[in-house]
Amino acid sequence: MARLSPWGMIEPMTAQPQALPFAKLVARMANLMVGLPDYDSYVEHRRLNHPDQPVMSREAFFRERQEARYSGKVGRCC
Amino acid sequence: MNGTAGRLVWLIVALVGAASLGVVALSRGETVNALWLVVAALCTYTTAYRFYSLYIANTALKLDGGRATPAIRHNDGLDYVPTDKWVLFGHHFAAIAGAGPLVGPVLAAQMGYLPGTLWILVGVVFAGAVQDFIILFASTRRDGRSLGDMIKSELGTMPGVIALFGVLLIMIILLAVLALIVVKALAGSPWGTFTVFATMPIAVLMGVYGRFIRPGRVGEMSAIGLVLLLLAILSGQWVAEDPAWAAAFTFKGETLALLLIGYGFIASVLPVWLLLAPRDYLSTFLKIGTIIALAVGILIVMPELHMPAVSRFVDGSGPVFSGQLFPFLFITIACGSVSGFHALISSGTTPKMLENEAQARLIGYGAMLAESFVAIMALISACVLHPGVYFAMNTPAGVIGTTVDQAAQVVSNWGFAITPEELAQVAKNVGESTILSRAGGAPTLAVGMSTILSSLVGGQSMTAFWYHFAILFEALFILTTVDAGTRVARFMIQDLLGTAVPALRRTQSWGANLLATGLAVAGWGYFLYQGVVDPLGGINTLWPLFGISNQMLAAIALMLGTVILFKMKREKFAWVTILPTTWLAICTLTAGWQKLFDANPAVGFLAHAKKFSAALAEGKVLAPAKTPEAMARVITNDYVDATLCGLFMAVVISMLVFGLLAIRKALANPRATAHEVGVGGAAVAMGDD
Repeated sequence: MARLSPWGMIEPMTAQPQALPFAKLVARMANLMVGLPDYDSYVEHRRLNHPDQPVMSREAFFRERQEARYSGKVGRCC
Repeated sequence: MNGTAGRLVWLIVALVGAASLGVVALSRGETVNALWLVVAALCTYTTAYRFYSLYIANTALKLDGGRATPAIRHNDGLDYVPTDKWVLFGHHFAAIAGAGPLVGPVLAAQMGYLPGTLWILVGVVFAGAVQDFIILFASTRRDGRSLGDMIKSELGTMPGVIALFGVLLIMIILLAVLALIVVKALAGSPWGTFTVFATMPIAVLMGVYGRFIRPGRVGEMSAIGLVLLLLAILSGQWVAEDPAWAAAFTFKGETLALLLIGYGFIASVLPVWLLLAPRDYLSTFLKIGTIIALAVGILIVMPELHMPAVSRFVDGSGPVFSGQLFPFLFITIACGSVSGFHALISSGTTPKMLENEAQARLIGYGAMLAESFVAIMALISACVLHPGVYFAMNTPAGVIGTTVDQAAQVVSNWGFAITPEELAQVAKNVGESTILSRAGGAPTLAVGMSTILSSLVGGQSMTAFWYHFAILFEALFILTTVDAGTRVARFMIQDLLGTAVPALRRTQSWGANLLATGLAVAGWGYFLYQGVVDPLGGINTLWPLFGISNQMLAAIALMLGTVILFKMKREKFAWVTILPTTWLAICTLTAGWQKLFDANPAVGFLAHAKKFSAALAEGKVLAPAKTPEAMARVITNDYVDATLCGLFMAVVISMLVFGLLAIRKALANPRATAHEVGVGGAAVAMGDD
């Protein structure tokens, strides 16, 4: 089964990834706007894929991301 | 919404859009309501998104929702993170929306609201959004590699190096022109200068808070910063009204330029957490908030546009920028229609976070439509002003003089009747001593925004507050771009120098760091200072150079998109990129040619240099130069600008040639040759049709 969205995409009727609650969506959007991805997702990823390796604390994670954002690889727009 | 009902809805959207556009285009009354423009734009965006972007997604590019994206394959929770599409949309939009879409349309308003509107709408649908979309798609299929890397792998090493060099030149011009906008907005304005200066201690305080007191609490530090910022705007009024303090914060353009150059150097070598990052947070949230506030303001206030649909200055004699509608309108409005800079963002962090390749449509095409709407709002803000006020604000002092009496007379003679009292009243309302000759777009936008926002909140008594809020909002994110951009330029310079002297590539080395930062700052600082002392106001000279360079980069990015389509053996659909590439190449090359060789000294750099050289040879001194030495400097600047313009043209032409060669090679090969990584989810081999 599939349905056509108003925007023309064919969307499967099967299990969609759970949509984020609005407040969480806004909070994550605001954080990512300044280059900060979701910390909980990071911890979850480390736990699942690298259980034997250390995980950065929230503070270390923040500092690491802050440095990375201005490491000069990505420009800013006009 | 299947079948007939769905089609009916889209038919209605298209008809409403066409009707609104008709009102906007054909209205010849005194005024036209801004709402028509908003409706025309929104209907254009939704229809284009529904049909054209879908065609590109499903038919031209064949996005493959089953193909693992770099975020999935390289997930590290840091750079590569599968991200909710709306969260990523916000991230991408915040990265592409800068000062460009706010300034270009304001400058282009000198030709009336219609030419700018049409170019913003047509440009975004067929060029800008297509570019962002295709580059995002291409980078996603290449592990999120950068534009330069993709050009290197798809076109060759030489074109890659040329493109990188082109990007560096654009950075320099961009930083200069943005810094110039700030200088123009702050010169002689103690209120504005005080608030912008206040952002530095505020940012440092936020930085210390976020580093040591409550590490990583971005929301808290930003809230504190915002409150302090609003206090700074309020106390700015007190500063402006106190003679001693006002004098302390009143600077000439030259002084501000030197301060900014020194500041740029220091800010970009300081640790990022201290100044750059916190101010970036503040400016990002302020930018998004202000854009939303402006949209709400326009929808509720429904202002009338006072600017004529098409002004007399389409003939090229306009005071804001010289040159005829074609090609100069198309390079004046870059961001908002099509901006090559976005190609750097679309091949930056965004492709590394795309959860599903099919979402490239929403994020690449969709976010650019949103940016285009910002440009429409900027155009509306400029056009709600009385045209007399608009031209008094945007015409150099050399043309309208320095008093309201002279200015009102000159502007009225152009057919935009205004009295000296009206001009003085506008300045008084916004809490400034004068609004004359405040070229650069920011002050005009601020007056327009304060008109709209004060109708929404606070009325007349809040006009001055909103004006300085708007100035601060623009200055804040321009300065953030200047810091971040200087760092980017520094890394690029280190990279380029490193090819000759490997030791200079070491980013940890203080010597190499300071040298490259110095070169970057000297580069944009030179053009900034030249712009500040320019009699025609600087923007007149630098904005076209910036526009040419930005559209040049867009042409390069779209050329890359074309080559990729050919290499994927999807040349049947390559017209979607060939169309905008051709148009941009025509615009940039024509504009470049005219800036170089036009006989009119107001347009051509060489004609201008010749005029000054001839005068110098006869021992005469032409205004604004006061000494023969100043004359010589004007001539040198003309030749520097001409050289830069010639370089831009050379870059475009060489990239076109390299592109055509790559296309010929791709056509000769029966197999798909695009350098993609990863495997298609639908078990369809790459390039299979």
